[in-house]
Amino acid sequence: MLNPETVSETRTHFSGQYIVQAENLLKKFGDFVAVNRISFQVATGECFGILGPNGAGKTTTVRMVYGFSPMSGGSLKVFGLDISRDWRQIKSRIGVCQQENSLDPDLTVLQNLEVFARYFDMPKKEARKKAMELLDFIALNHRLNAPVTELSGGMMRRLVLARSLINNPDLLILDEPTTGLDPQSRHQMWDRLEELQGKGISILLTTHYMEEASRLCDRLIIIDHGLILVEGKPEELIRQHVGGNVIEIAGPTNELRSFIQSHQLPYEDLGHRLVVYCEDRGELYQRITRDFCTEGCVMRLATLEDVFLKLTGRELRE
Amino acid sequence: MTETFPIRISRRFLRVWQRNLKVYRKSWKISFIPPFLEPLFYLIAFGVGLSGLVGNIRYQGSEISYMSFIAPALIGVSIMYNSFFETTYASFVRMYYQKTFDAMLATPLSLEEVITGEIVWGATKSLIAAAIMMGVISFFGLIRFPGGLLILPLSVLGGLAFGSIGMFFTGIVTNIEMFNLPVFLFVTPMFLFSGTFFPLENLPHWAQQAAFLFPLTHLANLARAFSFGQIHISLLWEIGYLLLFSLIFFPLAILKMHRRLIK
Repeated sequence: MLNPETVSETRTHFSGQYIVQAENLLKKFGDFVAVNRISFQVATGECFGILGPNGAGKTTTVRMVYGFSPMSGGSLKVFGLDISRDWRQIKSRIGVCQQENSLDPDLTVLQNLEVFARYFDMPKKEARKKAMELLDFIALNHRLNAPVTELSGGMMRRLVLARSLINNPDLLILDEPTTGLDPQSRHQMWDRLEELQGKGISILLTTHYMEEASRLCDRLIIIDHGLILVEGKPEELIRQHVGGNVIEIAGPTNELRSFIQSHQLPYEDLGHRLVVYCEDRGELYQRITRDFCTEGCVMRLATLEDVFLKLTGRELRE
Repeated sequence: MTETFPIRISRRFLRVWQRNLKVYRKSWKISFIPPFLEPLFYLIAFGVGLSGLVGNIRYQGSEISYMSFIAPALIGVSIMYNSFFETTYASFVRMYYQKTFDAMLATPLSLEEVITGEIVWGATKSLIAAAIMMGVISFFGLIRFPGGLLILPLSVLGGLAFGSIGMFFTGIVTNIEMFNLPVFLFVTPMFLFSGTFFPLENLPHWAQQAAFLFPLTHLANLARAFSFGQIHISLLWEIGYLLLFSLIFFPLAILKMHRRLIK
């Protein structure tokens, strides 16, 4: 594993503090405002997460960063360069895992990587070498000549990841990299991404899996309806918005409700279920279980999911 | 939306062309068969079967066999089919179902380069088809050389013209079935009424005028002139028409694909 100093020398030619700087980023589709003048920065070497429910504007935001969608307003700098002017230079240093499977079904596993390398003007020999290296990395070296249509969902996603690394990118953009994968494939993907993080690559990640965000992201924003709701480190956000613990009570009685209200604790009443946020170390939980409910009451550590649901609400999207 | 965009084309469009060539080479033995058999079928059906009824025909003042009349036109038809079907059905599958263009647009390629690569690939397929057909047809002694060799550059020009208008349709259709419209309203009438199977003079005056708008009319005329070795200055008008047609539909295709893909 490389130490941070060598990383910044060998990997990144860009010496600035921020690899992505978005200011008042705006995206409109007709009258609909998909991204509403948001500002954020991705520091060099960090994993930055964009979280949000479906339709929040995550994909639209990253598409502007990798130069797929033109901005409707604001300014956006990647590697300190202007995306509307230096788009080709920027795109040659970014790796993108798009949400939809865009592997080339007319080609084999190895050909997918080699043909993609050519889009980056990579010489043939170098492309072959890099492709073999990446197939080792994603444990697909035994399926070199398989048509991609024969791969499992997890293998395809890993191949998409490998393809996005073919140009030795300084910034990796992952748009919901594990959506639809089984737990094994998801953990395999996370392991690979953590290995890449260890090598100092900067990552911009969108997801609606809170576990994924907690595990991978150094910093994140939660967005909804094109606006940033919060920004911070995962553990800080949990502390600020939810506290240490969560007590969930199934089928709460009215006595319990007035008890919670009298203690002036933050809570959510879902009707059949009460979610209480507290810094409690067990006393409150013991009292509740002793006096109000004998079963269906659990205390657990607060997670990013609690923050997410608290901020974006519990209504279904789309 | 009226977002303006600069035209961004470099030689990198060849990367897209190379991708298609790579896929083509995987199945070239099968891809070779249609342009090889097609002229044989047509020459037997129309040339041998029909020429007994038709006999010789008068074309531009001289008497020629029916086979030698239709043979160059068949090459023209094949030039049209190969590029038009490549940039309609085949490009649509790559764009819509396989998301190939989306993947390319996450690399240093521009949309203009992707579309140019596709159209030039369509023209390449026209060239391959024309070359194979010329081989078959010259076996029957129906092409005069070296003039006939001009059909090769002609196939590239014709391929660009039909590839561009095909890509234009790809930019505007809502689903793949909608290609039936340009096929039955544009390609099929051209196939029949472009002076391909009978001289245009046999048509009423207004229909002759209309046929001069068809790019295939000019493509067939040029292919015929080249294979008869009748090269004269007036052919420049026909070449000019094909050029103009390409120069109109190539930017239109890029414009429509831009509207379709860049959101």
